[in-house]
Amino acid sequence: MNCHEVEKWLSAYEDRELDLARTLEIEEHLAECAGCSAALRKMEETSALLASAVRFPAPPELRRRFGAPGARIPWHTAPWLAAAASLALAVVVVWRYAPPAQHAPDLLERDIVQEHVRSLLADHLLDVNSPDRQTVKPWFRGKLDYAPEVADLSSQGFELVGGRLDYLGGRAVSALVYQRAQHVINVFVWPEAGQPDQAPQPHSIAGFNAVNWRSKGMNWWAISDLNSVELEELPLCPCFMPPSRTLHAATPPGMTRNPS
Amino acid sequence: MDPGELHLTEKERRARFEAAMLPHLDAAYNLARWLVGNPHDAEDAVQDAYLRALTYFDAFHGEDGRGWLFAIVRNACYQRLRKIRRSVAVFEPVESLEAAADHKPGPEALHLREADRQTIERGLECLPPEYREVLVLREMEGMSYKQIARIIEAPIGTVMSRLARGRRRLQEILTGETRKETV
Repeated sequence: MNCHEVEKWLSAYEDRELDLARTLEIEEHLAECAGCSAALRKMEETSALLASAVRFPAPPELRRRFGAPGARIPWHTAPWLAAAASLALAVVVVWRYAPPAQHAPDLLERDIVQEHVRSLLADHLLDVNSPDRQTVKPWFRGKLDYAPEVADLSSQGFELVGGRLDYLGGRAVSALVYQRAQHVINVFVWPEAGQPDQAPQPHSIAGFNAVNWRSKGMNWWAISDLNSVELEELPLCPCFMPPSRTLHAATPPGMTRNPS
Repeated sequence: MDPGELHLTEKERRARFEAAMLPHLDAAYNLARWLVGNPHDAEDAVQDAYLRALTYFDAFHGEDGRGWLFAIVRNACYQRLRKIRRSVAVFEPVESLEAAADHKPGPEALHLREADRQTIERGLECLPPEYREVLVLREMEGMSYKQIARIIEAPIGTVMSRLARGRRRLQEILTGETRKETV
């Protein structure tokens, strides 16, 4: 990326609204370009000024009318206004609300395969390279708005290799990378509030095997070219929890079997 | 139908509405104040907006109440501006408003750090409303590009470029730069 391109994206970069690939390109450029770094600082200063300095609170009169404890909006004026509104404003309130993170499943599946393939081909398998969960877990701190569970599964034949940040379904997610023999297993996990737990479901997508489940508000996807039988032995997967535990276990599956 | 039952339902509906919308009163007023430019019209626009929001509350499905309200406040503001014939500054294309940068503050604000509150207010007021509204929604309300896109009914790419240009323009106004960018 050159300075001209970076200038175009810098504002969205400051807002953390860019995808991961572009973010990394810009960071790379910023590391070597004093001019663009200065431009970013200046932009951040302006943002800070705007965010902190200028705000008009609702005047006391309006607050008294609406907001005071026990006060009520003067609805007696509502009927005539509502009538006028229905004539003039029928098109005003078209709120095309699409809930975030509601992805068509096939689209998400495709994204997961793409991220998996990209991680293998594009030399971007790992952002943090360590077999130690005590190194991998803290690495995500501050980079995500949640803390992914990172389990040591080496005694079950899955070696932790590391982790990286990825982008799925319109949000940054954690990808944990395990290895069994020569097979890489990408385990994506991200929170999805308000969704019920879901038993593991095997998938076969574009020649890869995947399994996904939901537990404790977290969405899990494991994908690999490992055969499906071995992949489903991944002890994170709640289907292989001991019989005494249910799918709706209070602790995230796999964690309780963590030897550490 | 039992009138008492109907009354109760309406009362409940209002209670739900107030619980969902009154917490956003300050934010709604701030947005209106920046869009219409004076306290009196802002107050009227907010009251209009709340009454409209009540009328259409059944269309609200409980997600992102602030964004839903903001879309209504924004519409109420632009309608008010039309009514009071100040629409010139609002509905002309951005390109024809390059001259807005002429209202830049004096040389005392040559550096951003020295820009005081009044200078920033004046700078923001000088911006074309297309830029001003996205800056207010982003910088003061911390809304995501996706939320802003829904409020202003424009694609996310438009939100992105308006924010980029708006910030650049505001910096130029604040620091008295004369650099001319191509829009």
